[in-house]
Amino acid sequence: MNIYTARTGGLAILATIIAVAPLGFSNTYFYDVGVNAMFNAIVCVGLNLLIGYAGQISLGHAGFFALGAYGSGILTTVYGFPPIGALVLSAAVVGLLAFAVGRPILKLKGHYLAMATLGIGIIIHIVLKTEAKITGGPDGMSLDNFKMLGFAIKGDVMWYWVAGIALVGSVWLALNLIDSPVGRALRAVHGSEVGAEVVGVDTSRYKVLVFVVSAVFASVVGSLFAHKNGFITPDIGSFFHSVELVTMVVLGGMASTFGALIGAVILTLLPQVLAAVEQYEAMILGAIMMGTMIFMPKGLLPSLVAVLRRRGGGR
Amino acid sequence: MSLLKVERLSKEFGGIHAIEDLTFSVEAGDIHSIIGPNGAGKTTLFNLITGVYTPSSGRVLFQDRVVSGMKPYELAALGMSRTFQNLQIFFNMKAIENVMVGHHLHLDRRFLPSLLRLPTVTRRDRECRDYCAGLLEFVGLAKYLDADAGSMPYGALKRLEIARALAAQPKMLLLDEPAAGLNATESREIDEVIKRVASSGVTVVLVEHDMKMVMGISDHILALDYGRKLAEGTPAEVRANPEVVSAYLGAHG
Repeated sequence: MNIYTARTGGLAILATIIAVAPLGFSNTYFYDVGVNAMFNAIVCVGLNLLIGYAGQISLGHAGFFALGAYGSGILTTVYGFPPIGALVLSAAVVGLLAFAVGRPILKLKGHYLAMATLGIGIIIHIVLKTEAKITGGPDGMSLDNFKMLGFAIKGDVMWYWVAGIALVGSVWLALNLIDSPVGRALRAVHGSEVGAEVVGVDTSRYKVLVFVVSAVFASVVGSLFAHKNGFITPDIGSFFHSVELVTMVVLGGMASTFGALIGAVILTLLPQVLAAVEQYEAMILGAIMMGTMIFMPKGLLPSLVAVLRRRGGGR
Repeated sequence: MSLLKVERLSKEFGGIHAIEDLTFSVEAGDIHSIIGPNGAGKTTLFNLITGVYTPSSGRVLFQDRVVSGMKPYELAALGMSRTFQNLQIFFNMKAIENVMVGHHLHLDRRFLPSLLRLPTVTRRDRECRDYCAGLLEFVGLAKYLDADAGSMPYGALKRLEIARALAAQPKMLLLDEPAAGLNATESREIDEVIKRVASSGVTVVLVEHDMKMVMGISDHILALDYGRKLAEGTPAEVRANPEVVSAYLGAHG
C-alpha cells in the first residue's frame, strides 16, 4: 500500500469510527468513557513520537499532563485568563520546562533516562500536592467550563465531539511529522545515533525537540481534561498515571501512531469491561502486559499487520 | 591541494596510545587507503577524523580549516561522510528512508512546515526520494528500494551505508572496511562502486583488509602499526617496503 493512501485511509477510518460510535451509545456515560479514551489516545500519540519513533523513554509524562491541567486551573480561576489563553500559555510553559530539563537528561540512555524522567514526574506530583495555597493540595481544585467566543463546551456529548476533532487533528499532525525530514531524523536517532550524526543529524537537538513536542501534547490534553472534568487532583500527575500512559503505547504498538491510539482506547475501556470482576482488574491488567511483552513485543497493531501480511501471500 | 591534513595527532585510552603522533595528508580526488594489522588504530583514526572521538593532542584540518573537536554532524555539513565497520544502519526504516536520512542536510528541516506538511516540504521530499532512489541504483540496490532494512542481506547493507553517506553529497567519503565479511563477488561489486564514487569527484579514504582491493584501486596508501606511521606512498612503494611486509603482508608469507 502506498504511504499516502495509508495515511488518508487511516485518518478517514478513524474519523468514521468516531462519528458512528455514538450510534451504539445508550447513555451519556458512554460518551464520558469515549472522551477519556480519546484524551488518553492523544497523549499516547504524542508520547509515541518520543518512545516509539525516537526510541527514548519517559516515565514522567503524567507530570506534564498534570501541569497543563493545573496551569489551566490556576490561570483561569485565579488570574481570570480565558480558557484558550490558559491552555496555550500552560502548553508554552510546559514546553519550556521540557526543553530546560530535556537538554541535560536526554544525554542519558536506557535505564538512566527512565530514572531521570521518573524523577521529574515525581517532583511535579509532589509540588502539586504540597503547594496547597496555589493548587488546593491533595483536595484538588475546581474549574469552570471551557468557554470560547461566548460559547461554552459542556456536557459529555459536546466534549465527545471536541475530543474527536482534537484526536483526528493530533493523528494528522503526528503522521505528517513522521513522514517528513524531521520525522526521519527522529527515527534515525532510534536506529543508530552515530549513524545519524555522521550524515548531519544533530541528534541531541532532535531528542529534545521530540521530548518538548510530546510534553506539549500531554499538556494540551491536560488542560482540556481539567475543563471537561471540572475538578482535578494531584493524582493525575502520579507515577502510576505515567506508567499507564507508557503501557498504552507499548500495548498498542511502538512506532505505530494508530497502534498507540488503539492501546490507549483498549486500556481505557478495560476497567469498564472488567467492572464486574473489579477485584481482579489489576491482575488482569498485569497479565495483559506480560502477555504482550512475551507474545507480541512489537505491540498489538504491528503484530496484527504482520500476521495479515503473511496470510495475504507475503505482501 | 590537500583536502585533509592530520597533524601530530594522538589519542590515548587510559595510557594506551591508540594513535601516536601521526601526520599525513589526503589529496583531493584521490583514493587514499589506510592499512595495518588488527589493532593498528585504523578505526580509531577514522573516529578521530569524523569527530566521533576528540583527539588527546594534535589536530585535523579539513579544507584548511581546523575541525578537530567538532561534532560529527558539523563535519557532515562541511562535506565529510562515512560508513562503519560494524554497520550503523537504521534497521527501523526502509532502505530508501535510510538513504533519505543521508540527504537530511539538503532538505527543509524546519519543524512547523514538517508538522503541517506544507507543499514545499512534500515537493522537496518527493525530489529527495527520486534522488535517493538513483543512489540506490548507483550502488546496485534498486530492487531493495522499499525493503525494510532489517530484511536485507549483509552485503546489501554494506552498500546501503555507502548510498546513505553519498546522499549527504560529501567532498570526502571515509569507508571503514566496506568489504569486510563479503565474498569475492560482493567484494568486486564494492570495488566497482568505490571506483565510480571516486570518478564522480569524491575523495575516498578507505580502511580495508582486502589487499587485492587496496592495491588495485588506491592512489596512495598509509600503513599503520601500533598507532604510528609505518610507511606511506603509492601501492608499489608500500608493497616494496620491508617494514610493511614484515608487520603486515608478512603474514601471507
